[in-house]
Amino acid sequence: MASLRMRRVVKRFGETTVIQGVDLDVADGEFVVFVGPSGCGKSTLLRMISGLEPVSEGDVWIDDKRVNDVSAADRGLAMVFQSYALYPHMTVYQNMAFGLENIGTPRAGIDSKVQAAARLLQLDTLLARRPTQLSGGQRQRVAIGRAIVREPSIFLFDEPLSNLDAELRVQMRTEITALHRKLGTTMIYVTHDQVEAMTMADKIVVLRGGRVEQVGAPLDLYNAPSNRFVAGFIGSPRMNFVSARVLDAQPGDLHLALAGGGEARFSVRGDGVSAGETVTLGVRPEHATLGEGEVALDAKIDAVEQLGAVSLTYCALSNGEKITVQAPGQVAQRVGDSVRIGFPARSAHVFRQTDGEPVVASHRI
Amino acid sequence: MPDLRTLLTATRGRGRFDWTDWFTYGYLLLGIVLMLAPVLWLVLSSFKTAAALNEFPPRLLPYGPKSVTVPGRSDPAPVFRVKLPDGTTQELAELRRIGIQATMVDPAHPSDEVRVNIRDREPVREFRLATENYTELFGQFQFGRFLWNSVFITVVATLITLLFNAMAAFALSKYRFRGRKVAFLVILATLMIPPTIVLVPNFFVASSLGLLNSPWGVIWPAVATPTGVFLLRQYMLTLPDELIDAARMDHASEWRIFWRIVLPLSAPALAVLAIFSVMWRWNDFLWPLVVLSKTEDFTLQLALNAFQGELTTQWHFLLAMTVLTLLPVTIVFAFLQGYITTGIASSGVK
Repeated sequence: MASLRMRRVVKRFGETTVIQGVDLDVADGEFVVFVGPSGCGKSTLLRMISGLEPVSEGDVWIDDKRVNDVSAADRGLAMVFQSYALYPHMTVYQNMAFGLENIGTPRAGIDSKVQAAARLLQLDTLLARRPTQLSGGQRQRVAIGRAIVREPSIFLFDEPLSNLDAELRVQMRTEITALHRKLGTTMIYVTHDQVEAMTMADKIVVLRGGRVEQVGAPLDLYNAPSNRFVAGFIGSPRMNFVSARVLDAQPGDLHLALAGGGEARFSVRGDGVSAGETVTLGVRPEHATLGEGEVALDAKIDAVEQLGAVSLTYCALSNGEKITVQAPGQVAQRVGDSVRIGFPARSAHVFRQTDGEPVVASHRI
Repeated sequence: MPDLRTLLTATRGRGRFDWTDWFTYGYLLLGIVLMLAPVLWLVLSSFKTAAALNEFPPRLLPYGPKSVTVPGRSDPAPVFRVKLPDGTTQELAELRRIGIQATMVDPAHPSDEVRVNIRDREPVREFRLATENYTELFGQFQFGRFLWNSVFITVVATLITLLFNAMAAFALSKYRFRGRKVAFLVILATLMIPPTIVLVPNFFVASSLGLLNSPWGVIWPAVATPTGVFLLRQYMLTLPDELIDAARMDHASEWRIFWRIVLPLSAPALAVLAIFSVMWRWNDFLWPLVVLSKTEDFTLQLALNAFQGELTTQWHFLLAMTVLTLLPVTIVFAFLQGYITTGIASSGVK
């Protein structure tokens, strides 16, 4: 059980700066997910917390102790690796016992802890096996078990589910969240999959290019993304972006000219934009409908994916921009049909094109 | 074994033998003969008596004079094929010989003695292994002593080689430190220096350290092998770094990581190096010859050399000793060759 604090943390590999001054607070018992596209530095950040990677600048605190110079072994954390990193020449039992042997736990203590962890993870019958004789999901559980037995103050997960097939991933996702509820230990989880982030996290940290883009609860990130990148990254299918021209910008009333000739008014603050400027309109596929709406656009259907319960319609606007509509149930339209796409003005996000910052909606001020 | 049969009758295509199959089998057979025939010849010759070795033309199998026990006599008597005056030939045992006259007897009728001119008879030879070549070795020439010297040097040098080379390879493959590449290149560069060039400097070093005439003088200079470091480093590079990170998270010391994680996982490469090291040390000749000058310190190879006397060479003992010298390396290879294949398989697949 521990909290984590990072202040202006920087990581450089030679000339390249991978982490550019990250500030972060993780409360005791929190489940925090680092999410971002590949190469955003989320794994590096995790390895810096673990102590496997030294910090170039800034400070890392665990509870009230500055741990910059504390080795990975002595930080009292446990890590689950993407490749599981199970010792292939040891049995499941030996894998889980190795860490306890290293800290000089008496044999009886090792046995009771390993057995307890094995029961918790339903590994009791597999203790004598070698990792190569286990399925992917079982290996994953052994890796988690190896982390549990040490009773770490913080669990670190480095993309632990990316090697599993889709079905198992969903199952392990719920198992890990259940484990978090049961143990109540602080967990930091790295993933590039925003669905995992949304479903598991108490708090999501969105990273891009070694910077924190936004920190917040999953639904806050979904409802109020702090910029265009977060808006596009959180949510599946991803948010549609179409460009629009500002006709008039008044506080609480933004008048836009849409692609294809339509016009619409949005009750957003509207500061920082001026008439004649181009802005980006963001609308989530699940908020758009095929048919008329408060805001409406003309489009042509490129492709239709009927999933039964929901349908995804991929359309192109007259200026070539793409827009996806997710509708519940099934749709009658076919590829090549001309359709109107409508959505309520309240559901739309307006972003300045210069910096991607949102032109904040008035009802959220 | 059906596996062996399918292996030996495998063809390139399906069914009939193609000319390429004939060619391949012929080529392989030639290889087998080229490599195995001298060894086979050596083994067969080592079972021949000194007299049989000097025989010309040489015979493939070891033969010795046939002898029988004649009732009423303690020593076995040699058997000859005798042409009797009546024109028939018969196998008779020799009782005694005076000049060109020999007294022969039919072992079945020991009372009927026959006198024969020795030109009318020739010795009967039978297949016989001269095992005394081997059994007498152990009584003579301090053979046991040489064997022990060789075994001691080989085993100890191999163990130290494995340990030292593995430690160097671990550092070079898993630690990021300034000068890592330079250190590795320097180690590799020593491969390009012929051993004969460093023979004299090595001798001076060994001499000033007081290692001459001691098995340690053979062991220490041999334990740091660039080939071994290279082999193990390349293998350890394939071990995922995450395993070592995981061990670090598991509170393992660096020595423990090496001893419990890296070393067991490098077993295939270590086995290969062990085979090499055993062969190198066992067959080593020049360096032991320089270092060891007292007969009681000699390894088998040196003893074999000393066996070739200035005036006479006891070929039957020399051959028997050569066979015994070959055995350990063969046995080691037979047991560890499975490791080599798994090593290739595991590093090839993943």
